[in-house]
Amino acid sequence: MKRRLDARRVLLPALLYSALVAVGVLVIFPIWYAVVTSFLSDPEVAVYPPKLVPTSLNPDNYRRALEQAPLLRYLLNSAVQSGIVTLSHLLLGSLAAYAFSFLAFRGKNLLFLIFLSTMMIPWEATIIPNYLTVRALRWTDTFQGLTAPYLATAFGTFLLRQFFMTIPKDLHDAATIDGCSDLRFLTTVVVPLARPALGTLAVYSFLQTYNQYLWPLLVTNHKNMRTVQIGIALLQDEERLAFNVIMAGVVIILLPTFALFILGNRQLIRGLTAGAIKG
Amino acid sequence: MTTIRSAEARRGAVASKEAWLTKARQKELRSLLKGLLYLSPSLLVFLLFVFYPLMRSFHLSLYATDPIGRPAVFVGLDQYQRLFNTPNFLYSLQVSVAFVLYTVPTTILAALFLAVLGSARLRGISVFRTVFSSTIAVSGATASLIFLFLYHPALGALNYFLDVLGLPRVPWLTSPVTALPSVALTTVWLQLGLNTVILLANLLGIPEELYESAKIDGAGFRAMFRHITIPMLSPTVFFLIVVDTLAAFQAFTQFNVLTDGGPVRATTVLVYSIYQEFYFNGQYGYASAQAVTLLGIMLVLTILQFGLLERRVFYR
Repeated sequence: MKRRLDARRVLLPALLYSALVAVGVLVIFPIWYAVVTSFLSDPEVAVYPPKLVPTSLNPDNYRRALEQAPLLRYLLNSAVQSGIVTLSHLLLGSLAAYAFSFLAFRGKNLLFLIFLSTMMIPWEATIIPNYLTVRALRWTDTFQGLTAPYLATAFGTFLLRQFFMTIPKDLHDAATIDGCSDLRFLTTVVVPLARPALGTLAVYSFLQTYNQYLWPLLVTNHKNMRTVQIGIALLQDEERLAFNVIMAGVVIILLPTFALFILGNRQLIRGLTAGAIKG
Repeated sequence: MTTIRSAEARRGAVASKEAWLTKARQKELRSLLKGLLYLSPSLLVFLLFVFYPLMRSFHLSLYATDPIGRPAVFVGLDQYQRLFNTPNFLYSLQVSVAFVLYTVPTTILAALFLAVLGSARLRGISVFRTVFSSTIAVSGATASLIFLFLYHPALGALNYFLDVLGLPRVPWLTSPVTALPSVALTTVWLQLGLNTVILLANLLGIPEELYESAKIDGAGFRAMFRHITIPMLSPTVFFLIVVDTLAAFQAFTQFNVLTDGGPVRATTVLVYSIYQEFYFNGQYGYASAQAVTLLGIMLVLTILQFGLLERRVFYR
């Protein structure tokens, strides 16, 4: 009887671990394959059977991806684009969330509903007129064209509002009596307290914008204005670069998002479970 | 005398009440203006880039447009009529629905499996949880490029594995039959991370006591899964069904990178058809009619899901 129990205690975890490893390998395989391919030489990438482990750690393809494809330029464009949108989300989101949580005024609930309703409108219902607007303003191939439609965030406002609501109202009342203006209260009390929520929003907004595809595809034509996602896809499409160079590019593009994912994992998950999905 | 005095007094009272009222109204007005001031930057963006274009989409769909997108001739509902008489549109609708059916159940079932595995309380489990949710960090474009290589007919790893297993090769993206399932497989992988994270977070939030007391009552793993895990997770699964369906209807990147809508329109989903009509053919009005139709379909579907599925959801 006792032996059977022991066997069970060893067997079950062993079984679970092998299942975990097997499934883990399956999930991670495409990324592993991209990394392996990024280190292969030109002849190696064109042979059958395909290599599933790297033969060397030759950084040649990475150099080629950065030089032949102006990947650095694309990275810079994406960084500027994502930086603008993230900063704007933090700023506009904080202001709106502050009004929704600390200020009392007529029509507040209606305005909050209007904010939320923007989350339910799918992109295809607005993208044609937005494209026409940006083109009419001659904003194609500019950062204002890339970012303007995405400067406000209903999701972020909602996220921040939920956090701001946990800050005691007494604090606000006391500050008001002491003659502290709302703007000062927001910047010196609320924002420092809400740093975790602002961090979640920053990571989320950055990832979302950095990974954007359709909008940058529509509003950028000039090679120098392409973002990374468009740049890498068109490399494959137009320049017909070898797969090892493209995979090196893919790995370079994935590095910032993986770094954010590993560092901000916990915070991001908390934010994401509040409800959002990538398109 | 008394009447005059009382009338005067009354007048004075009314006047002061009016003054008080206007003061209150002023205060109210001031607080409203202040609220709007804080909201105005966001409201301005929403007005210009969400509500105005939404109205304009409806408007455009009623007009034949000139080549730069200005409404030229009012045609009423003609373009909607044309849509439902065009085999291409109906076919795209079919492709979109097939794509949703391929991806949504598969993603949720696979993510459920990963989440249950990842909820085991073992040493080093956090490493596996990180691996299972890792595709959160992958963009649609990069995932598609990786799979483009995996699917390569001659050099790709997937056909190599089939060779090793002694199975016949699959033409993946090059055949109209297998192209859509291949794009769907990429999409499932891409969405797996987010779905797993959400399910795992909710799975770990189920109180341990429920399982403890079930165990005391002699329940096995299967019984506990069926009678505790599934009902407790049902709100999350419902949420994922709704959100994943909407996302699948709007998927674009994978199609643009992997197939460009081909071969022979086999993967031209609705959003891809909209993109082609307005961006390449300059048919802004016609494309808007398609967009409005898709908006309607998605709205009806979401309402249906709430009506039919939500009844089966167990809320704590």
